[in-house]
Amino acid sequence: MTTPILEVKDLHASVNDVEILKGISLTVNPGEVHAIMGPNGSGKSTLSKVLVGHPAFEVTSGEVLYQGKNLLELEPEARARAGVFLAFQYPVEVPGVNNAGFLRMAYNAKMVHEGKDELDPLEFEDLLAEKAKVVEMDPELLNNRSVNEGFSGGEKKRNEILQMAVLEPKLAVLDETDSGLDIDALRIVASGVNQLRTAENGMILVTHYQRLLNYIVPDFVHVLAEGRIIKSGGKELALELEEKGYDWLLEKAGLTAGQGA
Amino acid sequence: MKSLESLTNQEYKYGFRTEIEADIIPKGLSEETIRIISAKKNEPAWMLDFRLNAYRHWLKMEEPDWAHLRFPKIDYQDIIYYSAPKQAKPKLKSLDEVDPELLRTFDKLGLPLSEQKRLAGVAVDAVFDSVSVATTFKKDLLKHGVVFCSISEAMHDYPDLLRQYMGSVVPVTDNYFAALNSAVFTDGSFVYIPKGVKCPMELSTYFRINTEGSGQFERTIIIADEGSQVSYLEGCTAPQFDTNQLHAAVVELHAAKNANIKYSTVQNWFAGDPKTGKGGIYNFVTKRGRCAGENAKISWTQVETGSAITWKYPSCILEGDNSVGEFYSVALTNHLQQADTGTKMIHIGKNTKSTIISKGISAGKSSNSYRGLVSVKKSAEGARNFTQCDSMLIGGQCQANTFPYVDVANPSAQIEHEASTSKISEEQLFYFHQRGIGTEEAVSAIINGFCKDVFRELPGEFAVEATRLLGLKLENSVG
Repeated sequence: MTTPILEVKDLHASVNDVEILKGISLTVNPGEVHAIMGPNGSGKSTLSKVLVGHPAFEVTSGEVLYQGKNLLELEPEARARAGVFLAFQYPVEVPGVNNAGFLRMAYNAKMVHEGKDELDPLEFEDLLAEKAKVVEMDPELLNNRSVNEGFSGGEKKRNEILQMAVLEPKLAVLDETDSGLDIDALRIVASGVNQLRTAENGMILVTHYQRLLNYIVPDFVHVLAEGRIIKSGGKELALELEEKGYDWLLEKAGLTAGQGA
Repeated sequence: MKSLESLTNQEYKYGFRTEIEADIIPKGLSEETIRIISAKKNEPAWMLDFRLNAYRHWLKMEEPDWAHLRFPKIDYQDIIYYSAPKQAKPKLKSLDEVDPELLRTFDKLGLPLSEQKRLAGVAVDAVFDSVSVATTFKKDLLKHGVVFCSISEAMHDYPDLLRQYMGSVVPVTDNYFAALNSAVFTDGSFVYIPKGVKCPMELSTYFRINTEGSGQFERTIIIADEGSQVSYLEGCTAPQFDTNQLHAAVVELHAAKNANIKYSTVQNWFAGDPKTGKGGIYNFVTKRGRCAGENAKISWTQVETGSAITWKYPSCILEGDNSVGEFYSVALTNHLQQADTGTKMIHIGKNTKSTIISKGISAGKSSNSYRGLVSVKKSAEGARNFTQCDSMLIGGQCQANTFPYVDVANPSAQIEHEASTSKISEEQLFYFHQRGIGTEEAVSAIINGFCKDVFRELPGEFAVEATRLLGLKLENSVG
């Protein structure tokens, strides 16, 4: 049996002493795409950030294994170099830092970690030109602009997927990548993600809406509410949610419907 | 993850002291002190008169208190005004006669002076405490008519030139510290570029303070005759002592018609103890350039990273029509450092143009102020200024201030001012971390991006040096 990419076991996490995740368990095997859905405030974004080690969140109990090893003891940069990637819901702007230069730093950090040769700017330019096609990225945004500075919402999301294409993560967590995208941008981003889907890597799609899942078809769908997974199923669960909303599930789980803001 | 406050604790690597026998005069300042200095340097009478005149003015002046700086009163009687390493011969014929201990010191500072090791393409004047110990490439430069020597030598070899320009841009009465310098200055560099000559190499002076309790009062004069060009760079370091040391320099630049002077500084004086603030250099410097002729251009670039206190406003007097003044500055303060620095652009000639780009970076508990004046006189028809002042804060205990003054007497002037304040946020750092990039590399990338408009003004290899220096200064202060 192959080792799962990710095993989350009874994970509890809090922010400012308020518990947000109240016992999450989840296993992602190579080649699998898992969608995490749920109402606002259910803990979806928290789960994404805890996995990549965001300092604002504290893991209070539980376990997270990445390729069989304890992920939680690694610093965020070490998790990234080991192949854990988060496509941010709100990518930050970094004025003064060239976008292509930033990508090269990230790429070379990974190369160093893997004991491979770093690429010089010219070599990297070739690699980047190739990867930019995945999300139809305007070269102007790569070479002449600072990281995310002045980018539209869609450009920022494309830039995230471009970074994913460059870094080729083993585990990619996409946090609300569909939010704020018009239909064309959504199609481009989704197509980019699909191109990066392989039999070896795993993905977690965090989303509020089923819309994204028309384009990126998941293998599993989990419904998160009040910090717990209240239902798991196949891709058809997403369609059911689209039709019926979340309330019936919340009621079934003994949670008050319509409370999840 | 390391917190945002911890990335600035790099040890000061130039804090060593050279053990060398020195000729030191007793502490204290009086007319007698000045006569001793003048006699030691075997000066002509006019020079002594210049000094005494300055001293008498200084006695009547008050130490300025308008800067955004706090420090205990300086005891001017508790300073050594002359300290020179003892040399076998008073006048050295070649570098081979320089004390090997001094050569080793400059080697250690990354500035080899000996024929075999010296930097190609950069002529260096090495000033150690109160005296210039060596100047490289002097003869080669002279072949092009370029004079590059110490002020002490200029006094004897080029007395007329020196006398004509000394105090012509910064008069002895200009300000408290300039008057003090005029009274007690001991050495510095002298540069003359003749008509139409483009100086064939970078000129550079390296200032090193070594003796505890001594002050350094150097004087630099650069004269660029019609149509000439020169690029000059100064660097500075000092050992790590518990007591404060005063550095009060005067720099005068003179650019004739169509002349172009580029003056760059990388200042890395000892900044004092990071925790207690004990020791460190008090850096009170008057730098000014005169664009005397048409189309003259003076460009100041400074990277200020050291000193406990920096008080410094490299300025341009734009007399010639169409003359240009520029000021590019990166000032970094960390721990308990304080800086009040900026520029003055005085527009007198028609269509004169000035550009001010100031980047202040504050970390730790430091205080960093930009203070600048743009003055357009009535005669300055069509004058233009563009000013950009950006501040970056690292951590939550430092401060950044901007004090821009604008004084316009000609309605045709165009003045633009832009300012911004930014912070390296935890979210930005996390973004880098999530992409596998460590804190130090992240901060360095952000800071270099912030400073790039200034760094690109530095001569070639010094831009790399400046980038590295800022990285070292901020190591462990973020993250």
